Amino acid sequence: MRAVLLGPWLRAGTGPRPHPATPHRAPHRALRAAPTAPNTACDSQQRLPAAGRDLPALKQKVSVEVLDHLEQLALVDFRDSEGVERLQKAIQFADQLHEVNTDGVEPMDSVLEDRCLYLREDDVTEGNCTKELLENAREKVEEYFVAPPGNIPLPKLEERETFLQGSK
Amino acid sequence: MGVGIKTRSGSGRVATARLSAQPGGPRSQWAAAFLAALPIVPRGVAARWRRAAAAPGEGEGRSAGVRRRRRAGGAMLRTSLRQVSAALKDGRVTPTELCQRCLALIKTTKFLNAYITVAEETALKQAEESEKRYKRGQPLGILDGIPIAVKDNFNTAGIETTCASNMLKGYISPYNATVVQKLLDQGAVLLGKTNLDEFAMGSGSTDGVFGPVRNPWSYSKQYKDKSVPKSHSEDEESNWVITGGSSGGSAAAVSSFTCFAALGSDTGGSTRNPAAHCGVVGLKPTYGLISRHGLIPLVNSMDVPGILTRCVDDAAVLLGSLAGHDPKDSTTIQDDFKPFEIPNLTDFSKLSIGIPKEYHAPGLSSEILALWSKAADLFKNAGAKVVEVSLPHTRYSIVCYHVLCTAEVASNMARFDGLEYGHRSDMKDSTESMYAATRREGFNDVVRGRILSGNYFLLKQNYEKYFVKAQKVRRLIANDFVKVFRSGVDILLTPTTLSDAALYTEFIQEDNRTRSAQDDILTQAANMAGLPAINVPTALSERGLPVGLQFIGRSFQEKQLLTVAKWFEKQVQFPVIQLEEVKRHDSGVFQHKKSASFS
Repeated sequence: MRAVLLGPWLRAGTGPRPHPATPHRAPHRALRAAPTAPNTACDSQQRLPAAGRDLPALKQKVSVEVLDHLEQLALVDFRDSEGVERLQKAIQFADQLHEVNTDGVEPMDSVLEDRCLYLREDDVTEGNCTKELLENAREKVEEYFVAPPGNIPLPKLEERETFLQGSK
Repeated sequence: MGVGIKTRSGSGRVATARLSAQPGGPRSQWAAAFLAALPIVPRGVAARWRRAAAAPGEGEGRSAGVRRRRRAGGAMLRTSLRQVSAALKDGRVTPTELCQRCLALIKTTKFLNAYITVAEETALKQAEESEKRYKRGQPLGILDGIPIAVKDNFNTAGIETTCASNMLKGYISPYNATVVQKLLDQGAVLLGKTNLDEFAMGSGSTDGVFGPVRNPWSYSKQYKDKSVPKSHSEDEESNWVITGGSSGGSAAAVSSFTCFAALGSDTGGSTRNPAAHCGVVGLKPTYGLISRHGLIPLVNSMDVPGILTRCVDDAAVLLGSLAGHDPKDSTTIQDDFKPFEIPNLTDFSKLSIGIPKEYHAPGLSSEILALWSKAADLFKNAGAKVVEVSLPHTRYSIVCYHVLCTAEVASNMARFDGLEYGHRSDMKDSTESMYAATRREGFNDVVRGRILSGNYFLLKQNYEKYFVKAQKVRRLIANDFVKVFRSGVDILLTPTTLSDAALYTEFIQEDNRTRSAQDDILTQAANMAGLPAINVPTALSERGLPVGLQFIGRSFQEKQLLTVAKWFEKQVQFPVIQLEEVKRHDSGVFQHKKSASFS
C-alpha cells in the first residue's frame, strides 16, 4: 500500500487515518465511522458536517400544527413517521449553518448578480400552439383546462386522510 | 431476473473470466503503471483507439474488403467523436450503419437500464437525413450523424420526458430544450432518453421509478478479474456497482459505447459524480454559459446542462455547439462565445495549480488520496506552480446546498398539479384535494421529503434563519473561490468522489439525503460558486473500478480548464473498458485476445 498522505501539498498533513481499502466493503461503511472518530489534531479544520449520525439534538420537535401547515402549503403528505423523521433530520442538518458567522454579509441570489439580466424586446415571436399544449392535459373542454371546483379549502387535520391525524 | 451475460455457447449460464481471482493477484496493468512512479511516455488517448481500430483480427473467412469494412465499422463504436465524424466524412461508415450499431448495442446492454426511452424510429430517420447530407457533400458540421443520448429531464419534442417520475409518465414534450434543439440543428442523432434519479434528486441513479442504473464497469473484465463472488449464483446479481448520480444513465450510456456523447445536468455534482464512477469525462460548464431552457429545473440558481464524453476533446466539441446566449433563458450571459480547439499545453511556467486542503475530507479513500498526490506531482514535474490553498467554508457547502436546494425544489415542484400536464389523480372533490392527491401519487419519498423540508425553511418564522442565512453562506463560499483565484491560482485540482463506486446493495442501506450529503461534498461547491469543473478519469482502483480527479476553473475560462484537463488526460492514459457485449459487436477486432468467457 503506497504512502497516502498528500504530504508536500497539504500542510495539515495529519489527515484522518486512512481506512484500509478492502474489496467488497463499501467505503461508505467507513464513512459512517469517520464523523464519530475524534481527530483532535485538526478537528476544527477537517471536521465534516455530520451527515446524520451524530447531529446535535433538535432543540424542539416540530409541532403537529406546523406539520399540518406544511402539508397544506406543500400539498404533499408526510405519508408515515419516516417522512416526519426525514424532516426532523433535515432540520437538524441545516442547523449547522448557525455555526457560521455571517455578520455583514449580503445574501447571494445568483452568481451572475453583477450582470444585467437580459430582457428582450416586447415582440411576439412565437405562440399559437394551443393544440400542442392541450394535448398533454387529461381533462379539457374545447380550449379550457378543466379543474374540479375551486375555493374549497383542504379538509382540516381531523377530517383529512393523513398520517398526522393520529398524532394530535 | 436473468441478468444473463451468455457465453458464446449460449448455455445461459454465467461464466466470467477469472484470470486472477485470488486475492493478491496481479493488479490491473494500467493502475500499476500509473501508480508506479515511472515517467509515462505520453501516447495520447486517440492513439490507443486508433491502434485498436487498425489491429488485425482473425476475421471469418469473408472477403478482405468486407472484412476490412466490417472491422472499420465495428470498431467505430469505441472511437472518439472527432474520429467517427472524420470517418463519416470519408465515407468509411454511414450514419445509418452507425445508428443501427448503437441501437443494437443498446439492446444487448439493456440490463444496464441506462435508457428509459429509446427513440429508434426517429433516430433512424435522423440518421437517414444525415446520410443524404453526407452524400451531397454538405454535412451540417462535426456533429452531423453522431449518435447522442440525452438525460430524461430535458424536454424533447414528441418523445416522452419523464424525469424518472410517475408524475410525468406519459408526458410527451411539445418542445425541444434549447440544447437538444442545438444538437438536432447540427444533425446529431438522438438515440434516446437516459435514466436518472427521480427529478435529478440523488447521487446514485437508484431512486427513479424505472429502477436503478447499473455501472457498465460491473461487467468489465477489469472489475471481474478483481472480484471474488460469494457464490456462483450470486455472481452477477449482487456484485454490480452503482453509476453514481444523478446523470447515471447518461454516464453509463457513454461508458458502454452506446453513444458518443450524452447530456446530463449538474446541480450538486450530478454530471461529475457519475462520470467519475463510470470512467468518462464529465464537464460542468460555468453557470450562465449554456441555456437551461427546456431543462426541467431542480435548483434554478445552480443547475447547468452537463456534458459527458469519452475524452476531453469531445467535450470541447459539444461545448462549442451548445454554449452561447439564448433569448429564451435570461440567465445566460450575453457575451459572445467562441468555440475553440483545445491547444496543447506547453508553457507550464505560467500555470498555477491549487490544492484546496479542505478537500482532504474525512472518508476520502487512501487510493484517491494517492492519485491526487501523484497528479499534483505530475504538474510540479512539468514545471507548473503547485500550491496549497484554503477554501475555509467548504464544509458548510453541503449544508448550504441542502437548504437552498430544498427551498428552490419546493418552489419548482409546485408546478406539478396534474392540471395541464403529467399525472392527474381521479380525485374530484376540489382543486386543492385534486392537487394533493396527484402529488401524493406522483412523487416518490425523496421528492416529497425535499418539498416538505423546503417549505419548512421558507416558512415566515424560518425564512431569515435558514434561507437567507444559507444565501449569506453561499456568498462566503463563492468569495472563498474568488480570493483563491485572485491570489494567482489558475486551476484547482481536487478529487471528484470520496471513493470508487459502491455496491448497489451497500449503497441503498442509507437514505437518499444522507448519501447525497456524503457524495456531493467534493463537487457541490463549484455549483455554489457557478464555476466550471470537469472530471477526468484517472486510474482504476484496487477493485478495478474507475476513479477520477476534478479540475475547477475560473468563471467562463473553459478554454484554460479544458487545456489543462486534456494534457492531464494524455498523461494518465486511462484504460479502455473491456466489455464482452461491445467485443461481440466489434467482432473481428479483439479476437486475437483470448478470453476465457468465449468458450
